[in-house]
Formats: sequence, structure tokens, C-alpha cells
Amino acid sequence: MKAKEPFFWVNISCGIMIMAFIVLPLMEMLTAPSFSMIKETIRDKDVLRSIWLSIYTAGLAAIIAFVFGTPLAYVLARTQFAGKRLIESIVDLPIVIPHPVVGIAILSVAGKNHWIGQILSDLGIRIMGSVTGIVIVLTFVGLPFYINAVKNGFENISPRLENVSRSLGASMFSTFFRITFPLARRSMLIGIIMCSARAISEFGAVVVVAYHPMIAPVMIYERFEAYGLRYSQPVAVWLVTVCLVLFLVLRILTLRTGKSS
Amino acid sequence: MIETDRLHIHLGDFRLRDINVSVEENEFFVLMGPTGAGKTVLLEAIAGLINVQNGSIRIGGRDVTAFPPEKRGVGIVYQDYSLFPHMTVRENITFGLRYHRIKKAVARERLHRLVADLNLDPLLNRLPTNLSGGENQRVALARALMIEPLVLLLDEPLSALDPRFREEIRGSLKTLHKNTQTTFLMVTHDFAEALSLAERAAVMNDGCIEQTGSVEDIFRKPVSTFVADFVGMKNFFTVTFAGKQARINGLEIDIAEPPPDGCTYLAIRPEDIVLSTERLHSSMRNSFPGTISALIDQGLYYEVWVESAGNLFKATITKRSLIELGLREGMNIHFSFKATALHFF
Repeated sequence: MKAKEPFFWVNISCGIMIMAFIVLPLMEMLTAPSFSMIKETIRDKDVLRSIWLSIYTAGLAAIIAFVFGTPLAYVLARTQFAGKRLIESIVDLPIVIPHPVVGIAILSVAGKNHWIGQILSDLGIRIMGSVTGIVIVLTFVGLPFYINAVKNGFENISPRLENVSRSLGASMFSTFFRITFPLARRSMLIGIIMCSARAISEFGAVVVVAYHPMIAPVMIYERFEAYGLRYSQPVAVWLVTVCLVLFLVLRILTLRTGKSS
Repeated sequence: MIETDRLHIHLGDFRLRDINVSVEENEFFVLMGPTGAGKTVLLEAIAGLINVQNGSIRIGGRDVTAFPPEKRGVGIVYQDYSLFPHMTVRENITFGLRYHRIKKAVARERLHRLVADLNLDPLLNRLPTNLSGGENQRVALARALMIEPLVLLLDEPLSALDPRFREEIRGSLKTLHKNTQTTFLMVTHDFAEALSLAERAAVMNDGCIEQTGSVEDIFRKPVSTFVADFVGMKNFFTVTFAGKQARINGLEIDIAEPPPDGCTYLAIRPEDIVLSTERLHSSMRNSFPGTISALIDQGLYYEVWVESAGNLFKATITKRSLIELGLREGMNIHFSFKATALHFF
């Protein structure tokens, strides 16, 4: 066999370093707490509640992104117009803004000094320290991931399929639901996974808007601050495990639908 | 059946200008032209998929310029088939049924006929990804014809196919056109396809229609050098006439009869030129000496470029004749053609 060039070995060693960099800390964290401690943690009502809160707020954020983001993703994928670049940059903004700034920005709109905040408080909707607030923040940070994934999905579907469908008598709505939507289903599921994964990991923005009710990342941070590493690790283990299982299930579902279509 | 009236379309940098096309009911009409001439744009405008800036489109007597695609009664078949990948062949073919008031029995009978005509029976429950190019195109045809559109638009339906399938689909197109009431409008860049399928045709170039007429007329009497070149009339020269003589740049050519008034070009098809090493003593009165300036291998035949008195003539010849005549570049040769092989425009 031909001797490998130095270039090859540089690539390989960098790859190994990165793998170790990602996997080692995670492994260490997952294996550090004892089994009894993990068991004891899950019996803790507060832990259960915060993990459940994390999952369902992230899920809600993904559903909101799905409902409102899909039409925008379709427009961005199918049409050319002046200012499209600007719209795309705005969609990407939540990715680049520092997380606590996101929280502060949302509070400044939802505060009593702003007319939107006034309307919300008249309606009895509270953002600060509420589940609503958490969902809003998570939607804010998760949206770009959903929209970009689905936009790519739409772009990969030939517009000619839609043209043919319309020539066969289907309206644009009918065409979307019979042709475009089923063909983009896979990218939508990927978008939902990306969006909720991003949402579930959010800490900085949430902690500004709602320290309580406590989502899992905030609880992990609180236990770390108050009791140290040993007490925050088991909660982290549970959060990571639940997330991985959920994403794995979704992933398997997407692969299966991908094969059948 | 289809009439466009002074149609203008701007699409990015591309424009179609002053398009007037008229297609008769149940006709097989072909829109020809090189890539980038605007054929597909015109086709999609007729289907309602592209906005029209000016002018109007009438289909079946109705002005449909402002109609959405689903209200025009126009079917479309693309070069890349565009079958719905998530549906079986049967689901593809019957896709449009629910949008039209077609009685169940009629629909069933039509499906049977199309499936039989296009030999689709063994494929009905399969997905498009598992089909060959020819099979895909047959499904696309069945899907479009299932709702019996007034007009079937075909966008280069033969171009993506292997030669074997191309023959097969060409045959299918002929049968389907004969068996249905639908008007066919096909776009192609291949003049040979037009010759074998169409009754009438239009030639497009750079966003304009150059010539409309029967395929035979376009083939025999091109109105411009562009059309002449497109239909394979590779030799054309500016000409002056004097009785039964035509003069091109130092050559005097006998013509059978005086040409119509206003002709400024003389054209001759490369396959009508006969090459010989000696001057021919035959009924062909036009025989000139020349020098071979190039031999171009075209696969099945050779194109021979002959220079004579500053004019370049292109003749085609089989490989076998090339070898028998011992042709090579720079060789002196005679070329002859009949007076009846000449075209004027």
C-alpha cells in the first residue's frame, strides 16, 4: 500500500482532536454522578418539573416556528424580490445576537413603557417570569434554524412539479398540500429538531426573562452556584438523556418517511 | 385553438417581443429554435406560469391572459418528466381527476385506454424513481391527457431520452395525437423532430418569431438566413439575377426558372451537392471546380467544405464515399447540383 502523505495525517489528527474535545467532557459529565444519585435526582419533583417545562416550551416554540415560519420559508425559497437579502439577514439575526441581549430586547418591548407591553398587560398576558415569556424567547432564538432548514427543503423541490400540478387543475393551496408539503416533510422535521434543540439549550435569554418558572438549564445553573458541580451534574445527565432520546426518535421517524417517499 | 396577439414578456434580462402565434384545433404544432430563443418561456406563458406584460393569449376562443394555470385547460409535459416522486404511477395519472367533473365510468374508461395506448399496465403500482426515462415520459403523457386538456404543451419531451426510447415516445405522440381531440404544441430545438411529427411550425430566434408556416414550407422556403441555417440549409449566398442566371460572387449559376421578385438570397442544402474528382457529364448543368478547405467528421457522415471563387460551399458525404474518392484537405475537386435544388428567399 502506498504510504500516506503528511497532509493525510494532519487531517486525521485534527479530526481525532476534535472528536476528543467534544466527546470527553460529555462522557465525563455523564459518568461522574453515581447511579444512586441519578436515581434520587429523578425522584425530585422540582427536577422533573423543570425538565418537563424545558421540553414542552421548546416543543411549543418549534410548533410556532412550524406554523408561522413555513410560509415565510416558502416565499424565500420560491420568489425573487428586491430586499430578499435583507429579509434573510433579519431571519438570521437571532443567531448572532448575544443571548442575554435577546432577553433584554424582548423585555423592552413587553415592558409597561412600551405600547405592546401595555396591550399585553391589558389582556392579562404576563411575559416576565412566565411560561409565555419562556416560549416567546425560545421561539425567537429557534426560528432561524427552522426557517433555514425548511427553505433549503423547498428549494430542492422542482417548481416544475408545482407547475404540472396547477396545469392539472389544482389551485395553489391544493398544490402546496398535495405536492410541496409532502415532499418537504423531511426538511420540516429536520427544521423542528434543529429549532427545538436550539430552544432547549437556551439559557442566557431565558434567565433574563424568566428565572422562575425554572427551565432545566436555569436549574442546573442554580444548583451549580448554590451546591457545586456534584449536585448540578445529575440534572444535566437527565436533561441530556431525555433530549437525546427525543431527537433520536424524531430522527428515526424522518429517516423512515424519507425512505418511503 | 391557441392564439397569441402581440405578446410581450419580460423575464429578468430576457424578453419576448411581439409574438403572434396561431394554432388550429387538433393540430400538431411545433415551436422550434436554438437554446435560449425563448421557446420554453412562451410555452410557460401559454400555460399561465409566467406573467405577460403586454398582449393577449386566447385558448379555445376564451381570453385566458388573466387566468391562473388551473383554469386554462392546458396540460404540460416537461423534458425532465416532473412526475410526483411521492406518488405511484396510478396516483400520478389520476392526480388531476378530482379537479374536473368527470364521471367515474368515463374516468375509468379513459384510464384503461391511456394505459393500453402507452403500455403502462405493469407500472401502475410503482414509484417513478424506479422507472426508465421512456417509461417516465409515458406516465407524464398519460397524466396530462387524463383530464383531456384543450391543449397539450410539450417542452422538449424527447430530448432527455436515449435514442431507442426517443423513437418509442415519438411513436406514442403520433398515436395519442390521432386518438385524442387535444391540440399539441411541442417545443424543440431539433428540426428533424418537427419534420417527423408536426403539420405546422414556427421558428423562434432571440425572443422573436422568425417564420410560421407548414413544416414543409419552412423546410423548402426559409424566409431568412437564420431559418435557412436552422433547417440545415447550410449554403446561402447573396445573389443577383439576370434572366435564368444567378450570379454569386464570380460564379454564374443556371436556374430552372426566374425566382419570385425581391429575392436576395440563394440557398442549397449540403446533401444536394454532389462531389466528384472529374467534371461530371450529366444533366446537372451547374458544376464548378473548387478546393477542399476542410473535412469535418460528423459521426455518421462527413461535412466537406469546398472553396470556389471566394465562396464556401458545404457538402455532406458518407464516410464510404469519402474514402472511395480519396478526399483530403487542399485537394482540387468538382461539385455539382441541380437547378431544382436551389432555393431563393
